[in-house]
Amino acid sequence: MDLKLKIWRQASPTDKGQFVDYDVLDISPDTSFLEMIDILNDKLVEKGDDPVAFDHDCREGICGMCSMFINGHPHGPEAATTTCQLHMRKFKDGETIVIEPWRAKPFPVIKDLIVDRSAFDLIIQEAGYISVSTGGTPDANAVPIKRENAELAMDAAACIGCGACVAACKNASAMLFVSAKVSQFALLPQGKVEAKKRVKEMVAKMDELGFGNCTNTYACEAECPKEISITNIARMNRQFIGAKLG
Amino acid sequence: MSNKPYYSSVTKKIIMSLMGLFLVTFLVVHLTLNSFLLFSNNLFNAGAHFMGTNAFIQVFQWVLFAGFAIHIFYGIVLQIQNWMSRPKGYKKRASMEQSAFSRYMIYTGLLIFIFLIIHLGNFFFVKMGWAGNGIPLTSNGEENMAQLVRSLFQHGGYVTFYVIMFLLMGFHLDHAFQSAFQTLGLNHKTYWGFIKGLSRVYAIVVTLGFVIIPLFVYFKIV
Amino acid sequence: MTKIDSKIPEGPIAEKWTRYKEHQKLVNPANKRKIDIIVVGTGLAGGAAAASLGEMGFNVKVFCIQDSPRRAHSIAAQGGINAAKNYPNDGDTIYRLFYDTVKGGDYRGRESNTYRLAEVSNNIIDQCVAQGVPFAREYSGYLANRSFGGALVSRTFYARGQTGQQLLLGAYGALSKEIKRGSVKLYTRREMLDLVVMKDGRARGIVVRNLFTGELERYSAHAVLLATGGYGNVYFLSTNAMTSNGSAAWRAYKRGAYFANPCYVQIHPTCIPVHGEYQSKLTLMSESLRNDGRIWVPKKKEDVEKIRKKEIRPRDIPEEDRDYYLERRYPAFGNLAPRDVSSRAAKERCDAGYGVGPTGLAVFLDLKDAIARLGKDVIKARYGNLIDMYERIVDDNAYETPMMIYPATHYCMGGLWVNYELQSNIPGLFVGGEANFSDHGANRLGASAIMQGLADGYFVLPYTMQNYLADQIGVGPIPTDSSEFDNTVKDVQARIDKLMAVQGKEPVDYFHKKLGHIMWEHVGMARNKAGLEEGIKLIQEVRKEFWSNVRVPGTPKGINIELEKALRVADFLELGELMARDALHREESAGGHFREEYQTPDGEAMRNDKDFMYVAAWEYPGDDKDPILNKEKLEYEAIEVKTRNYKTA
Repeated sequence: MDLKLKIWRQASPTDKGQFVDYDVLDISPDTSFLEMIDILNDKLVEKGDDPVAFDHDCREGICGMCSMFINGHPHGPEAATTTCQLHMRKFKDGETIVIEPWRAKPFPVIKDLIVDRSAFDLIIQEAGYISVSTGGTPDANAVPIKRENAELAMDAAACIGCGACVAACKNASAMLFVSAKVSQFALLPQGKVEAKKRVKEMVAKMDELGFGNCTNTYACEAECPKEISITNIARMNRQFIGAKLG
Repeated sequence: MSNKPYYSSVTKKIIMSLMGLFLVTFLVVHLTLNSFLLFSNNLFNAGAHFMGTNAFIQVFQWVLFAGFAIHIFYGIVLQIQNWMSRPKGYKKRASMEQSAFSRYMIYTGLLIFIFLIIHLGNFFFVKMGWAGNGIPLTSNGEENMAQLVRSLFQHGGYVTFYVIMFLLMGFHLDHAFQSAFQTLGLNHKTYWGFIKGLSRVYAIVVTLGFVIIPLFVYFKIV
Repeated sequence: MTKIDSKIPEGPIAEKWTRYKEHQKLVNPANKRKIDIIVVGTGLAGGAAAASLGEMGFNVKVFCIQDSPRRAHSIAAQGGINAAKNYPNDGDTIYRLFYDTVKGGDYRGRESNTYRLAEVSNNIIDQCVAQGVPFAREYSGYLANRSFGGALVSRTFYARGQTGQQLLLGAYGALSKEIKRGSVKLYTRREMLDLVVMKDGRARGIVVRNLFTGELERYSAHAVLLATGGYGNVYFLSTNAMTSNGSAAWRAYKRGAYFANPCYVQIHPTCIPVHGEYQSKLTLMSESLRNDGRIWVPKKKEDVEKIRKKEIRPRDIPEEDRDYYLERRYPAFGNLAPRDVSSRAAKERCDAGYGVGPTGLAVFLDLKDAIARLGKDVIKARYGNLIDMYERIVDDNAYETPMMIYPATHYCMGGLWVNYELQSNIPGLFVGGEANFSDHGANRLGASAIMQGLADGYFVLPYTMQNYLADQIGVGPIPTDSSEFDNTVKDVQARIDKLMAVQGKEPVDYFHKKLGHIMWEHVGMARNKAGLEEGIKLIQEVRKEFWSNVRVPGTPKGINIELEKALRVADFLELGELMARDALHREESAGGHFREEYQTPDGEAMRNDKDFMYVAAWEYPGDDKDPILNKEKLEYEAIEVKTRNYKTA
């Protein structure tokens, strides 16, 4: 299949940047989206041009590194799929594909399609963990945990930190990301000790970094490649109210 | 954190939602009162009289205004922050919102705000004697609010404006009602479907309720 | 060999680690603050070690190649983590886990290290649960276990098909806590390009390239820990991440560290088959699928043809015409035979012409019987995410039709040589996780990689590194402007300049693919003398071509992805040759290393314990000389050496 690409090119964080058109020809529908970009880059290198810079690593949908905004959707139009697992069979022959970086103030563009997502690390560093040191922990089976809660915690913990929620949200809000971590620990007895401190500090950090506010559009849930539920946001709000009141 | 001079985003949203829910209940009261017009002018006037003289209501209306003010103030503050959080937008952005009208809350909200001012100008300011020529009186010498309302609803242009504004209000409410529950953390899988349904039913009933009154009056059904 | 001192503590195997800890040297809290440690890599081993060392009070500098420590490739481990908890009460013990791991490794690992691994396995589960890792649980609320290849007990803990992710996020949380506390400093998007070794022979620093600015940066410390993973990407196609590379280990080798058993590479039996020339990676399907999936190929060649031409569907083939070859050949273990055995069996069938799929390089993994027995819902609950992933990639519904799988390079048992303390022969250079060689012998059992990563990171390195650092308290801060640092930076700069100067015609991937092809054909699942000799020659040719015809566009300043890849491939082109040399010298079959000349009449691996029961630790003598072989003799005291047998229990 043949495709027309409109790709955001930006040489450096301070460069203005613009869209550049590329044609890629004769792509197999079984090619993954990133392999299609690889093919384009091979061509660019052959010509002596600068290849398109993009983030990617595991290419199996778990590291959360890939981050393209494809045809109006983070990770492209297919539900529950990261960019690296998106395949060209989901596109039509001759289609024009617009590829942009994540857009949010806390995610500045570094080059082309690469953005700096260290804001997410900063939020986790604030309180996104249980403060246990190595060693001296009780037997793993000492505290039984309701299976439903363990499963819900796992649902929340499945977040890969890719930032698609922020990219999708019209407000560039990080609530889904933050709430997934808050929820995971709120659901487990181990996490309860620090729960109040955690939710307050993580929310404060999220605000400080310049993420937008949640206006419950639920676009994040629709676009999340790991289908993290917005019930996590509600749970975080609940936690937050509880923390503020007591 | 508590020692910061501003409220966190979540706190602001919680205040928004509480005020919103307060306004949602107010609308029900208002609609109930308006619907009296469909039955009789006297009933409507009695209701208006009660609202205009009852001491509790008199005090409460200032609480209501404060509620509006806070809701609108935070709505605008949050929106400005949200615009600032994405300085550069996308070239192509699909409609990804699952709550369809959530995209336009600031716009529907601001239009409702404009409507509110006009509405107040038409009724409340007149009643307070700040504007217009005063409220017409009934043969008994009582304030005839029904007469005032009916005379306004004779104007096709005004009715059209009124209906459009309430449709916008309906869109606003469709998102707002369930959104408030989500913000307050009252989203549980077993009753979330119910809340979303209730939100839509509420939006439709309130909108229809407010819209049919001027239409009935204009087309002389009542 | 006299040059090699593995520093195994005295005493019975079950007491060695306790004795070590009882007698090791400690650093007092005030002095810990004066000691710097560099940790390269933030996977399970690196992340856990950095967090634990930070908690203890050391100054830790941690480096990762991605934009966040949470993205290290440990995250992709799917199936689970072993521990000898014996929660299911099926007779598991530390000894049994140790025994299975040594046996699975075909008696080519260091016994004492493996025992310690089994010994601390239980602590790992405790630690991770305390961190909030949402392991699977029974309705009782207690932890669930499942079985895995190479074991007769259920000892694998899991978090859906994302165990590695959850464990890594646990370690990432611990690391984040220390970063916030200030004991750990995080450096992202940095790639280590060289190790700095002082005149006194100690490792004292690293040179990294900042992948954003392109600058070469120097960092010093009293000890350096490499936790940089394996070198599986030497095959170009593997289950590794795109940035997984062997350069950190290779550079350490070129600075004098021994490289041990490079030929031991694990080929994972259950990956999604190759689809085309532009494929960039192979996706693993968790081995746990083998618990419920039955592996087969058609018995008749005409059925094979019809399937390839899509004239019939796989499910149309009747039971009697299916060859469940693993069940046939290994009745006791069946579909749960160890990875190397299963991979070779798949290759054997495909080479014999029974492979399915468009390329003929695939076998079926069929969930049909399990669905019939347990219902679709149970299978969905167990493997739903894998089946979804398979559908996204292949466009086939595994509930309806068997999956196609084929082996792919997955894990490197070989790595930098380390002693019992996980310290290389360069004092002050420690190596953890997949980057070292020690615990898995010639083959690694499923659910053991993440066990080893966390064992090294949480429970071994924090002790052994402290032991080393105890006499470093008087050294003081280490300057980065010494001649050793200057020279190392000069070497790195020269390498980069040389690459940029080639200005040839072909992109880096062209050479990487070529190398990968040679490695797969000649140093792959089955090797032989002639093939290896030929392979070495071919690798040398590609290397020559690379240095005369590679094209790296742009400049070394700023982000230059082609330069990053070129640096890695340049090292792979040397590492690949060492792998082939190691494979050539090892005239036996053991675990992941299968030499066609050394097999039993029915095609099983044949070890030569008399001549090859040793670790081959290769030493770098300079570019123009052949590598020097040092041998660490392996002695098994706690375990009786047997021929691996998965036909009967």
